Amino acid sequence: MNPVDKRRREFLGQATAIAGAMIAPGVFLYDYAHAKAPGEPASGKVRWGMLIDTTKCESGCRDCVDACNKENGLPGTTRPTDSQWIRKVELKDLRSGKAISAPVMCQHCAEPPCVDVCPTGASFKREDGIVLVDRHTCIGCRYCVMACPYKARSFVHEATTGQKPDVPRGKGCVESCTLCVHKVDRGGTPSCVEACAAAGHHAIVFGDLNDPESAISKRVRAVATTQLRADLRTDNGVRYQGL
Amino acid sequence: MTAAGTLRAALAAMLLLAVGAAGVIARAAAPALDAARSGPCVEDPLVMRRSHMDFLKHDRDDTVRRGIRGVKHSLAACVDCHASKSDGRVLGSDRHFCQGCHRYAAVKLDCFDCHASSARPAATAAAAPVSGAAR
Repeated sequence: MNPVDKRRREFLGQATAIAGAMIAPGVFLYDYAHAKAPGEPASGKVRWGMLIDTTKCESGCRDCVDACNKENGLPGTTRPTDSQWIRKVELKDLRSGKAISAPVMCQHCAEPPCVDVCPTGASFKREDGIVLVDRHTCIGCRYCVMACPYKARSFVHEATTGQKPDVPRGKGCVESCTLCVHKVDRGGTPSCVEACAAAGHHAIVFGDLNDPESAISKRVRAVATTQLRADLRTDNGVRYQGL
Repeated sequence: MTAAGTLRAALAAMLLLAVGAAGVIARAAAPALDAARSGPCVEDPLVMRRSHMDFLKHDRDDTVRRGIRGVKHSLAACVDCHASKSDGRVLGSDRHFCQGCHRYAAVKLDCFDCHASSARPAATAAAAPVSGAAR
C-alpha cells in the first residue's frame, strides 16, 4: 500500500467514526410524526392520508358530507354552481350486480395536477402533503378545476355569508377539501372521519402514511387498497379498500 | 412692487387662508367605536393603526402556507377582541371597530368578503365575565 492510500484510509476511517458518533445518541436518520406544537410549521416527515373502506360505507349515508358542510360552513346545496367538497359516489357492476358506495373528495395527490397548472401559485401542496388553495393569491381562473382528474375542486360563484372563523371562503376563488387542516394542525382529525365513526361505520381511517406504526399504515400494509386513477401516477393520499 | 405683483400676493394669501379654513372644517371627528374588550393590543395602538395590514399579510402566509397556528397577528384574534359587545361583530355600522375606522380613513376593507366577521364562540364566552366585572 502506498503512503497516500494509507493516509486516505485512515482519514475515511476517522470520518466514518465521527459521523457514526454524531448520529448515535438519540438521533435517527428517519423521524416520524409527533403532535405538532403550536407555532411549529407543518413537517415534511408527515404525509397525511385517508383510507376509505368501501365495504363499510353504507349506500345512501351522507354523514361525512353533512359533517363536512357543517364544519366548513358550506351551504350543502347541490345546484351545478354550488361547492361540493365531498361527493358520495355510487357504483354498480351491471354484470355481477355488486354495488359500491364511497365518498370522493380531494385526493391530496403527491403530484397534484392542480398545482402544476396554477398560474399564480395559489394552488399548493403543504409540506405534510395536504393540497390547498391560498385564496389570497387565487384569481379564480379555474385551470385547477379543469386539471383535477377527481372533479374535487369547486368555484365559489356567489358572495358567501356565515363563514367559519377557521374556514374563510369567498366569491371568485376555487376551493376543495382541506382535510380539515385547521383541526389537523391542532392535533385533530377531519370532520368526515369523526362523523363516520360517530355513526358506527368506521369506514374512514385518517393518519400519517409515513409513520409505519399508524393505524392507516398498518391497514395499508395488511389489506389491498387502491388509489383512484393510479394510472395517472398522481400518488393520492386518499386510498380505497374494496373497489 | 408693481400693481400686478401686489395682486398676486393678495391672491396667494387668500388661497392660503381658504385652504387653512377648509382643513379645519373638513377634519372629521374620530370614530366612536364600540369594542368588547379593553386592554393591551398585540402591538402599540399607534403601530397597529399604521401597520396592522402588513402584520396580517406576513402572518397569513405563515399560517396558510406553512401551517403555523397561533401566530401573534391573526385576523381571527383581532375579531375576537375588537368585536362589538352588542352583536359580537366587527362590521355592521360605523360604531363597529373595523368598519368604523376604515370608513373614517376611507380605505376599502375586503378581509371580510371571505373571513368571518364575528368573534369565535370561545372568545365571546371568555369576554363575558370581563364585561360583567367591569359593570
